[in-house]
Amino acid sequence: MEFTILILVLPAICFPLLALFGMKMPHRVAGTIGTVAIGAVTILSYITALNYFGAGRTAEGIFPTLTPWNIRWLPFTETLHIDMGIMLDPISVMMLVVITTVSLMVHIYSFGYMKGEKGFQRYYAFLSLFTFSMLGLVVATNIFQMYIFWELVGVSSYLLIGFYYTKPEAIAASKKAFIVTRFADLGFLIGILLYGYYMQTFTFTPAADQLMKAGMILPWALGLMFVGGAGKSAMFPLHIWLPDAMEGPTPVSALIHAATMVVAGVYLVARMFPLFIGFAPETLHVVAYVGAFTAFYAATVACVQSDIKRVLAFSTISQIGFMMVALGVCTSMDPHEGGLGYMAGMFHLFTHAMFKALLFLGAGCIIHAVHSNEMSTMGGLRKYMPVTHITFLIACLAIAGIWPLSGFFSKDEILAACFAFSPVMGWIMTAIAGMTAFYMFRLYYCIFWGKENTELHKEHVPHESPLTMTVPLMILAAITIVAGWILPFGHFVSSDGKAYDIHIDTGVAAISLVVALFAIGLATYMYARSSQPLADSLARRFSGLHKAAYRRFYLDEIWLFVTKKIIFNCISTPIAWFDRHVIDNFMNMLAAGTQACGTLIRPVQTGKIQTYTIWFFAGIIILTVILLLAL
Amino acid sequence: MLIAIQAEITLTAALVLMLVADLIFKEPNHKYLQASAVILMLIHTALNIVPTDTEAFGGMYHSSMISSVMKTILSTGTLLVFMQAGQWLEREDTRHKAGEFYIITLSTLLGMYFMMSAGSFILFYVGLELASIPMACLVTMDKKRHESAEAGAKFILNSMFSSGLMLYGMSLIYGTCGTTYFEDITAALTGTPLQIMATVFFFAGLGFKLSLVPFHMWTPDTYQGAPAPVSGYLSVISKGAAAFTLMSIILKIFGNMTAQWNLLLSIVIVATITVANLFAIKQTNLKRFMAYSSISQAGYIMLAVLGGGAMGMSSLVYYITVYIAANLAIFAVIGTVEQYSGRVDRDAYNGLYKTNPKLALVMTLALFSLAGIPPFAGFFSKFFVFASAFREGHWIVVFIALINTIISLYYYLLIVKAMYITPNDSPVSTFRSPAFTRACLLVCLAGIILLGLCSGVYQLFTDLA
Repeated sequence: MEFTILILVLPAICFPLLALFGMKMPHRVAGTIGTVAIGAVTILSYITALNYFGAGRTAEGIFPTLTPWNIRWLPFTETLHIDMGIMLDPISVMMLVVITTVSLMVHIYSFGYMKGEKGFQRYYAFLSLFTFSMLGLVVATNIFQMYIFWELVGVSSYLLIGFYYTKPEAIAASKKAFIVTRFADLGFLIGILLYGYYMQTFTFTPAADQLMKAGMILPWALGLMFVGGAGKSAMFPLHIWLPDAMEGPTPVSALIHAATMVVAGVYLVARMFPLFIGFAPETLHVVAYVGAFTAFYAATVACVQSDIKRVLAFSTISQIGFMMVALGVCTSMDPHEGGLGYMAGMFHLFTHAMFKALLFLGAGCIIHAVHSNEMSTMGGLRKYMPVTHITFLIACLAIAGIWPLSGFFSKDEILAACFAFSPVMGWIMTAIAGMTAFYMFRLYYCIFWGKENTELHKEHVPHESPLTMTVPLMILAAITIVAGWILPFGHFVSSDGKAYDIHIDTGVAAISLVVALFAIGLATYMYARSSQPLADSLARRFSGLHKAAYRRFYLDEIWLFVTKKIIFNCISTPIAWFDRHVIDNFMNMLAAGTQACGTLIRPVQTGKIQTYTIWFFAGIIILTVILLLAL
Repeated sequence: MLIAIQAEITLTAALVLMLVADLIFKEPNHKYLQASAVILMLIHTALNIVPTDTEAFGGMYHSSMISSVMKTILSTGTLLVFMQAGQWLEREDTRHKAGEFYIITLSTLLGMYFMMSAGSFILFYVGLELASIPMACLVTMDKKRHESAEAGAKFILNSMFSSGLMLYGMSLIYGTCGTTYFEDITAALTGTPLQIMATVFFFAGLGFKLSLVPFHMWTPDTYQGAPAPVSGYLSVISKGAAAFTLMSIILKIFGNMTAQWNLLLSIVIVATITVANLFAIKQTNLKRFMAYSSISQAGYIMLAVLGGGAMGMSSLVYYITVYIAANLAIFAVIGTVEQYSGRVDRDAYNGLYKTNPKLALVMTLALFSLAGIPPFAGFFSKFFVFASAFREGHWIVVFIALINTIISLYYYLLIVKAMYITPNDSPVSTFRSPAFTRACLLVCLAGIILLGLCSGVYQLFTDLA
């Protein structure tokens, strides 16, 4: 499996190539280089997956963990060292497939979407950088390598959100995303340092005696790592950057802020899962509660947003909440007894990546057609954009959890895991699943049915997108349709590594289907027609609630209040004063003193060779005397 | 026997071939001289790239694995000096002595080779003189320039003085121990007052080559007067060889006098770094400034000697490697700017960024590396020497060195500020330096960036030390 290094090397070459020489290339060439490179990486990933899963299981019935590459990069002690390498295990191989697939789709799609944009080459360079970082993150052999690539992912996300750097909103959004996730990463870093300090290792699988040394620290270290994960994965209350990140180009949103980067936190928890289960089950349940609350909160907000990308953003936050819940409700490593959530979460990560990328790319087509994100400019678009319409509908049905689309299977497993944990959690998550179906179909109807904005559409007739954009939609839609029932996902990924047969819990499935269908029906009743009396009257009756939800329950304002008013005024301002007046003056004094000394001793250097030899000889005498006296 | 001194033999062969080349390539074909020197150095380096451990002449000559590595590093550095010297040797008044430059440089390098692999004070001294006396010729290469002649005179006089004192020290050691062979001296050196005095005298000789305070006074004048490539050569190659020799001799024969050496080195390090920094702040002539910078860098190198042991040795070699990359880049830039504008003062660099962005960038990164800013190699090399001294408990010295790093940051950044920020209506005009110089800058740049990030380099030195 040594060839896997190419998976990292190709995009790593591609990025500097496009970044340095891209401006001299025509758009088409730069885009082709990027796409061909990622295409090759995709093929390599598929070969890796086929080889890895095809090679069979070990005697214990699990897939072996392979490390085809591992270079000791920075050794500190015998056991504590930072390595750089590639690790293949079921989840990392699965992530390779997900990332490269979506990334390839986005590369192809961007040909059409970004056509003629200024900075086209830069865009492809950044995409390569992102793909490289994300792939490096998932194949990391140790927590520190993961952290390095984690930060690289953050940087490339920052660069891509701020791609339209002349737009103030884009700049603000990119800064916000970077600062918020960096703030969260502080927790991650502290967690890693605690982990490394107490256990004297950075590997994911510490030995028993190292674990003994960690003792009570381990739950804290893991909890702090989760803070980092919560930042990247936009968990409440660190989710505020994700909706704003939609200022970036839409394909970027599909790749980074829907399918891959934002699930890094989920991946992190899954990576540390054995430690969570073994040594910090309470911390793991905290993950579940955070996930559940985030899922609920984001779902409510998504119900009232009018910007289609914002709806999708909140839907992403909510769905990641589902994945976190799935991981968090696990109580053992055995998928038959409380460990089902691990498989469910990973499964949902997989299916969600596909249909959410599809939704975003579809949204990109729509925005491309009407040149706006606002729902009010849409309505009735099904006539103009048949391919987008059908694929979008498939994705909506999938996310709503309708049989036999992929979302149904993964969501059903999550709900089953929740019910196994506690019925309350099960019912809550079922209700949120219903909300998901509702807001997604509200979105669907407002875009493709509902009241058409005829004035605008007469002026500028919406049109179906070119093939470069619709083909990725069709491919993703096909995956979304078949992934659930063709793929025996439990055979590849499960908490204890053994093959697990996914079986549909009929009771749970029936409940969730009924709830989803009811929610879709409600959405149909409220939004399918050209006028929306019920929705409007509800919005009027609960205008306070509606407004609050529309403003995302003022979470951004709260954060701003905390940072600007409290932290800036009460902490930063005094520190700044102290810094400016006390520390700076002290330093200035030191500097002046140093300068004065410099001037003072200058005459010593006379330029006369006699002086030089005198100093030389005097130096020898003085040193000899000191040595003789001192010792 | 001969295969044991393979590195010296190939170097001598290169020297002889250069003599022949000098005869063949008369003006106007003198430009081939640089190419032949570079190629010969490349071949020489390639032939000796595999480190070996050899002994010859009944213990008079002993080349360990790490000194073999050090020779490769120094010859690579010399190669870089050759690459950047071409443009200076293109001038009307210098082109007729282009051949001499390469030959003399090679003979000093040969001297350093012997010095580093000496197994006795005799060979050590012969090597030292072979490295010193031709050096004076190099310094006066621009002898029509008053400064260059002055620099050469100062260098040779100081050199003689220090050699004399050093010989005196060595003779005292011989007198108390009865032998000049390192292997036999170790046991006899016990730290009697006479031996302490001998030690200081011996140290002064190498302290001169290393330009440690208070044996440093010749450095600024010499660096300022010498041609830029020669100053570069003096500051890294000559210094690197001296530092390595000092460390290996201390490890070899002064095992019983560790306490005295620690005190001696601590005093000298603190004095060197601090005094050099104080002087450096006030300099506006860039070559003179780099002289003080190189004095303070020598202090940092001595920290590795203070650390001692295998870790000190590997961090010393690593530090010198990184220092070669950064300092030669700076001297290449200084030489280039001097070549095309005739100026070496800092004001000449005001606004260099606008006219020669690539030069300014290389200079900036090299200065960052010298100042020890991560992620450039200089940060890691400083880190390792600090760590090696700290591990041996010299935390006061390390602390003072750390404070001095901050001061050094100030004056290194002054140049960066000049290049990027200080407004200038008439900056140095845009120019394009010769291919060899550009290649040299590129190699240095790669070194500055990669030596730190590829931890394998340091690991390799650790394994061999």
